Amino acid sequence: MKYYKSFLTTCLLVFVIGMSAEAQITEKAEYGKFAITNATIHTVSDGVIQNGVVLINGEKIVHVGKNAKITADYQRIDATGKHLYPGFMDAGTQLGLQEIGAVAVTNDQAELGDLNPHVRAFTAINPSSVNIPVTRVNGITHVVSLPVSGLISGKGTLIDLYGYSPDSMAVSANTGLHLNWPNSQKRGWWDDRSDKKIKKEYEEKLKTLNNFWSKAEFYHKMMLAYEANPQNKEKPDADKKMQAMREVITGEIPVIISVDAKKDILNAIEWTKEHPEARFILAGVQDGWRVADEIADAGLPCLVSTLYTPQRDYDNYQRPYQNPGKLHEAGVKVAIATGGVENVRNAPYHAGYAATYGLGKKEALKAITLNAAEIFDVGDQLGSIEKGKQANLFISDGDPFEPMNHIEQVFIRGYKIPMVSRHTQLYEEYLNRGAKSNK
Amino acid sequence: MKKLLLLVIALCIGVSGYAQKTGSVLIKNGTVMTITDGNKADTDVLIEDGVITKIGKDLSAPRGVEIVDAGSKYVMPGIIDAHSHIAAVDVNEWTNPVTAEVSMEESIDPTDVNIYWALAGGVTSIHLMHGSANVIGGQNETLKLRYGSSMDEMRFKGAPRTIKFALGENPTRVHGQGFDVKPRSRMGVEQVVRDHFDAALDYKRNRQEYLDAKEAYESGDRDNPPIPVAKNERLEVLVDIIEGEVWVHTHSYRADEIVMLMRVFNDYGIENYTFQHANEAFKVAPELKKNNAYTSVFADWWAYKFEVYYSTAYNASILNANGVRNSINSDSGELIRHLNHEAAKAVHYGGTSKQDALKMITINPAMQLGIDDKVGSIEEGKHGDIAIWNGHPLSIYSIAEKTYVDGKKYFDRSEDKNDMRLEADAETDFDEGRSRWYNENGRQNNTCLQGAEIRFTKKGMKLNQSRN
Repeated sequence: MKYYKSFLTTCLLVFVIGMSAEAQITEKAEYGKFAITNATIHTVSDGVIQNGVVLINGEKIVHVGKNAKITADYQRIDATGKHLYPGFMDAGTQLGLQEIGAVAVTNDQAELGDLNPHVRAFTAINPSSVNIPVTRVNGITHVVSLPVSGLISGKGTLIDLYGYSPDSMAVSANTGLHLNWPNSQKRGWWDDRSDKKIKKEYEEKLKTLNNFWSKAEFYHKMMLAYEANPQNKEKPDADKKMQAMREVITGEIPVIISVDAKKDILNAIEWTKEHPEARFILAGVQDGWRVADEIADAGLPCLVSTLYTPQRDYDNYQRPYQNPGKLHEAGVKVAIATGGVENVRNAPYHAGYAATYGLGKKEALKAITLNAAEIFDVGDQLGSIEKGKQANLFISDGDPFEPMNHIEQVFIRGYKIPMVSRHTQLYEEYLNRGAKSNK
Repeated sequence: MKKLLLLVIALCIGVSGYAQKTGSVLIKNGTVMTITDGNKADTDVLIEDGVITKIGKDLSAPRGVEIVDAGSKYVMPGIIDAHSHIAAVDVNEWTNPVTAEVSMEESIDPTDVNIYWALAGGVTSIHLMHGSANVIGGQNETLKLRYGSSMDEMRFKGAPRTIKFALGENPTRVHGQGFDVKPRSRMGVEQVVRDHFDAALDYKRNRQEYLDAKEAYESGDRDNPPIPVAKNERLEVLVDIIEGEVWVHTHSYRADEIVMLMRVFNDYGIENYTFQHANEAFKVAPELKKNNAYTSVFADWWAYKFEVYYSTAYNASILNANGVRNSINSDSGELIRHLNHEAAKAVHYGGTSKQDALKMITINPAMQLGIDDKVGSIEEGKHGDIAIWNGHPLSIYSIAEKTYVDGKKYFDRSEDKNDMRLEADAETDFDEGRSRWYNENGRQNNTCLQGAEIRFTKKGMKLNQSRN
């Protein structure tokens, strides 16, 4: 009896701890069958459907259209007067890798060393980051998170924002290698290096990169030869860095080149031409509008943000906002990437600025949904509201680019996400706080 | 001779007119967002010589006054940023936990292109603040964005004097951790404030006794020779704070430190103050309300340092619902360019009314800076600081088309040039770029500590001319 009692107490204790631990994150998501009716559906891939129905069964969207036979086992959600959009994707962030910027021990996005192709963002994604619920309740369902330091920083990961392990969140664990293109000019007015020194440093970095790349190609050749005929060949020594480069140099996964200044962008474009087997994406690209035609000719997609001040004092005030529009006009495929952590939730406003300053609403919507999915080779699963695709979508009371409007319900991979985050929890508790102070 | 006299008079008028930099304009048929008296459709606003003289229908322009058509457009008072470091030459005098004697008055760059970019976002006034390296930092300056004028002409005439205080991580890191000087903790921060206020009150008494004794001595009372008490500018400013002549704007984050400072201010009888940033102000909204304290917060910045980890983007809305007069500030060269959309986030997160959201970037910051009798709303008699928007200013699709300061046009999108520098530098490297895209967002470029933080290392002081 005594044991039984303590067993009960333990059970209760575990239950209570479990409850509070869960409540600390948010709440449980619902999963199953959902019928969203009477919605204005912004499919992205196939125009806008008025008064439409979307059926979600488990992970998948099983119906998109004007009408549908809805069986009794579907939970109905009436979306009269509401809008349905595919979940937004931020194509370049450090979400999940960094918790508090100024607290170094909570930062995992920068490994030591210049050449780290074997370092993986996927390894360090923290599913319990407080930043994640804060982000997803604004309609952002997917992000690419990237390591950022050195010359070759490591491999980025494409995750959705619901899950309890990186494995359950990853759409593609390795989604691209992040390369920081070396600067070939002054970084700003405070940079007091001489022209000669700048040139020398640039050439040295480029040499390091090229040597590494050639070595990787040679390693890949050796491994191919060994794999084709293991009996007659000596096995090359294990080399994690070289091994990690194999899927990069063959173009299996792309190289994401972070590059901002005009001259650097042109240099990077020239360099990509020397590696026709590999695939490349440009990121950052703050001077992109200056060389939009060259980027378009090279066929390179771009991951860009809009809410930054002009690169140079003499630039027109609206160039950052116009950058995505100018790139698109030249024929570049554009996706939105905020580069942020805690305010990845502002990605829709980056798209809104792009829309206002030349990209237009339709293309801006693509830039934050389907374009991003296609650039990262997951266009068949994500980025639009289509039958057979993953159920990543949200209901809003209006245009989600408008900060005045509200996101009411988010679905990620079919999970109906609790619209709760630390920020809403603090709001609930403190709006009418009560509890008079003594003084 | 008569002609010459006329010419001299004309010249004088011309010169004085130029010095004031005011203008006249009649803005016709706009939706006038008065802020203090609702929105008025199809209404005209007449600005004469820098002052709003008439608001009404079918106004006619006096001779020589330009007419601007604002049909289907929104006419809004110029946005006021209660916390900015643009146009600053230096930001931090970090060498002592208390530097009340320094002033941003001597640190204004009227040619900073950020001023122009802010004008393009409909901003007409800023509170140019000292940085947050010190518990009691330097005095701030309220500016009108008269881009390209002189340091003195940038200053908002008649604005009360203000000073920067800073609580929490910034002063404890710079002084306690970086330099082994009190404060290293929030306990120390309180004592630095109290010690200096006490010293100021002692100084005031001693100085007055000395001056009185000196006067008596000089008038013949030779029995009591005065013991000199030297004039101390730092303590003089602290006395002015206690006497209410200098308003306090305090960098703060945590609820406990906010309550602490209110307790200290109550003890010294200080009444007019604003908590800047104040990420945890929402936790003590009733206390703030009770003390009639003002707050000026970010729309959604958080988590960039530990003391803002337990933040919420609903801060502004909670404060507003609790009756605290709150503004939304930028503290950033980028956010200042779209403070209207930062204000819209209060509608997004807390369901604050559009009207109240607009107040947070106009009349509320004006009150916090003591200039609400001059700007912050469109009223007859107020300054002609106005922006014309092509749509509702809270909409992401709206762009400021024209911005006026004192009735003078400082920004016109249709005339906006590619190179807006006032002083082009032939030596500038036209290929120079800046740091990486992922450093350009968020709070990595911590303007509040510009010129301070990085000069302290474990090995001592180090001059590092990084932009941060």
